[in-house]
Amino acid sequence: MTTDNTLLALRGVDKVFPGVKALNGVDFTLRKGEIHALLGENGAGKSTLIKVMTGVYRRDGGQIVLADDEISPANTGEAQNLGISTVYQEVNLLPNLSVAQNLYLGREPMRFGLIHWRKMNRDARELLAGYDLDIDVTAPLTTYSVAIQQLIAIARGVAMSAKVLILDEPTASLDADEVASLFNIMRELRDKGIGIVFVTHFLDQVYAVCDRITILRNGTLVGEYDAATLTQQQLVSHMLGKELEKAVHEKVDHAEEQNREKLLEVHSASSDVLQPLNVSVCAGQVVGLAGLLGSGRTELCRLVFGLDAVKEGEVKLSGNPIKFTNTRQAVLAGMGLCPEDRKRDGIFGPMSIRENMIMALQNKRGWWRYIPMKKQRELAEHYVKALRIATSDIEKPINQLSGGNQQKVILARWLASEPHLLLLDEPTRGIDVGAHAEIIQLIRKLCEDGLGLLVASSELEELVEFADKVVVMRDRRKVAEVSGSDISQQNIMQAIAGQ
Amino acid sequence: MGYKDLSPLVRRSIWPLLGLAVLLLANVLIAPEFFSVEIKDGRLYGSLIDVMNRAAPVALLAIGMTLVIATGGIDLSVGSVMAIAGAVSAGLIVSGVDNIALVVGGGLLAGVAAGFVNGFLVGYFGIQPIVATLILMVAGRGIAQLINSGQIVTFHHDAFEFLGVGYFFGLPFPIVLVVIAFVLVQLLMRRTALGMFVEGVGANASASHHIGINDKLIKLMVYCVSGLCAALAGMIAAADIGGSDANNAGLWLELDAILAVVIGGASLMGGRFSVFLSIIGALIIQTLTITIILSGVPPKFNLLIKAAAIVIILLLQSPEFHRQVARLKKKRGPKHAS
Repeated sequence: MTTDNTLLALRGVDKVFPGVKALNGVDFTLRKGEIHALLGENGAGKSTLIKVMTGVYRRDGGQIVLADDEISPANTGEAQNLGISTVYQEVNLLPNLSVAQNLYLGREPMRFGLIHWRKMNRDARELLAGYDLDIDVTAPLTTYSVAIQQLIAIARGVAMSAKVLILDEPTASLDADEVASLFNIMRELRDKGIGIVFVTHFLDQVYAVCDRITILRNGTLVGEYDAATLTQQQLVSHMLGKELEKAVHEKVDHAEEQNREKLLEVHSASSDVLQPLNVSVCAGQVVGLAGLLGSGRTELCRLVFGLDAVKEGEVKLSGNPIKFTNTRQAVLAGMGLCPEDRKRDGIFGPMSIRENMIMALQNKRGWWRYIPMKKQRELAEHYVKALRIATSDIEKPINQLSGGNQQKVILARWLASEPHLLLLDEPTRGIDVGAHAEIIQLIRKLCEDGLGLLVASSELEELVEFADKVVVMRDRRKVAEVSGSDISQQNIMQAIAGQ
Repeated sequence: MGYKDLSPLVRRSIWPLLGLAVLLLANVLIAPEFFSVEIKDGRLYGSLIDVMNRAAPVALLAIGMTLVIATGGIDLSVGSVMAIAGAVSAGLIVSGVDNIALVVGGGLLAGVAAGFVNGFLVGYFGIQPIVATLILMVAGRGIAQLINSGQIVTFHHDAFEFLGVGYFFGLPFPIVLVVIAFVLVQLLMRRTALGMFVEGVGANASASHHIGINDKLIKLMVYCVSGLCAALAGMIAAADIGGSDANNAGLWLELDAILAVVIGGASLMGGRFSVFLSIIGALIIQTLTITIILSGVPPKFNLLIKAAAIVIILLLQSPEFHRQVARLKKKRGPKHAS
């Protein structure tokens, strides 16, 4: 290892929170011109390490050396001035200001003591041209997709003379094309000599773009590896500290499906945003919904659950035609929906795990028949144990849990309401590898218990793993259906691509 | 066991209660007879009773305001609704209605109607609460003036005046009304699932909608409850002076009510609420006023002292303030050690 190439070095960094040692003597070395993946399960210490590097937290021990100087940034502004910029999953810019204003916030070009708007907008256009972005820089940031906002955030970070660029789960809400163009930008920046730290949950992305990999577990360093020599299997077992076993199950094939009770039948039903389509789910069957972002997966879930009105055609539940005018009717009919955007549409942030869990069941019973507190606690304790939710206390506010545990609480919410049909929209998004595997196992188990599940996912690998049948969507219509042993990543991918 | 180990409920309750205790203690130091309660003709007299009696209108408003704020809303119209309810009751009395049920019922009906308008605008038309209720805050006084034909309407009606000046089991009747309203709202919110739904709508309206909770109806309901509470407070105020003054009844009390809720530790973003702590907040505001008067500080300092005391109470509750203090302590710590 050549030391003269080292850009940023952390040596024996400690960080202690009351009751927890979040980082325990962690080493991390970032070289000039490399993309370095920082991996680990939730709670492994990735975020803490990043926050120590960027001055959000102060380290309790160890050294941070940036280009031969020891640094101790006291806040993110100071870190940025030193050359360390961070782009978060949820873009930390000002949505109501224009793109140009965001790019030059705090360092606006001035003339006669006033902001030189024309120069600022011109500079912004030129800057973004370097990222293949030709957009109106005077429009508010919110008018653009998350992908573009992220590029803008990166452009801002790099323009502020970044030597080190930290990308914290930048791809979590991007589709495949957007991810590809982000990777191109990352490679270009790498070739310019910038060191990039890349945090992600998508392991295939690690191999697509990264040069080296550092793995953390429980606040300690597991090791530093070359991406070229570490297999995905090894990577996962390093992260988990154990071998991951693949669950194999019998898929319900087409002939078997005909014999079972039909739970959900969508007969050429359409909504304002969905072309007419046919989908059926029977008891004890997992139907996967594949397709790119915006292909209509979420819209189909909304249609079935009564969040969007059925325009034409009909939807039948257990043979009875249904026309929901509100979602409570769907809940009463025995359905549950885990929404795609957990934070926005799923969790009640400041409320306790217990309350988050019983909310759907309570609404099913009506406001008058309050579930006795003892029963509430029993339910919550039961699901915390059954779904292995990591928490010390069922009265803890849900927003203090990690993403994977929040998702489990929302699953528990619906399980408590005893549904026949569960709609899961991207149930594993933004969840670490361990919880990911558990949720997939849970989906299979629920299916064996006789539930029908409709699961939308953008991860083909997991669809192949758990689905008995995959419905492929493109441009808000159904384009294919693959079932039984025909389900493979290759087949689904071809259907998505329209070949 | 440190502050951090306490349950969230205890942590939230501790500061308002401590604030009230400190204020009461200050009063005892200033005027030793503060806690003494006498019984004359079967009625309780004393400074404490006086504080509670005078705090009653704001406490009633705070009960309704708590629910509104828990859904992430705000009700600026409660002061004006007090004026409307007072005017309606006064109008009924002077036009010859003698039946107390009709007089009180009329006032309450006016309050529910006002709340319904607010709740409908907020819940079903999605108008921002601060704007929706600002309309009635301004227009409400106009409505009250119209009902009174622009005059201050005075009346004499023993049964109605009992609301403001009567005694019940030795206690001034306004205090009894606050207790009744508190118990009713508490039963409705905590013995049914309504309270949880109200908090759910405030914590995340979209998630509530996804579960199928009727968030619109919940919002409509809390504004109606707020209107009812305001009407009751308005009738107490009218009964107290034996007249309806459209311009001054309940003037600026919406601000005291909001303050009481905030002192009680509720977040204006919605979510968690405690009706009890909001009432404590109302008592703190009233005790503060009395403390300033008793201490003999010239009246011109009143508002400033009140503001300063409230800033202190709010700082004590602020998690950010706790963090800053903890940081200061930490910084100082090693120096002492070395």
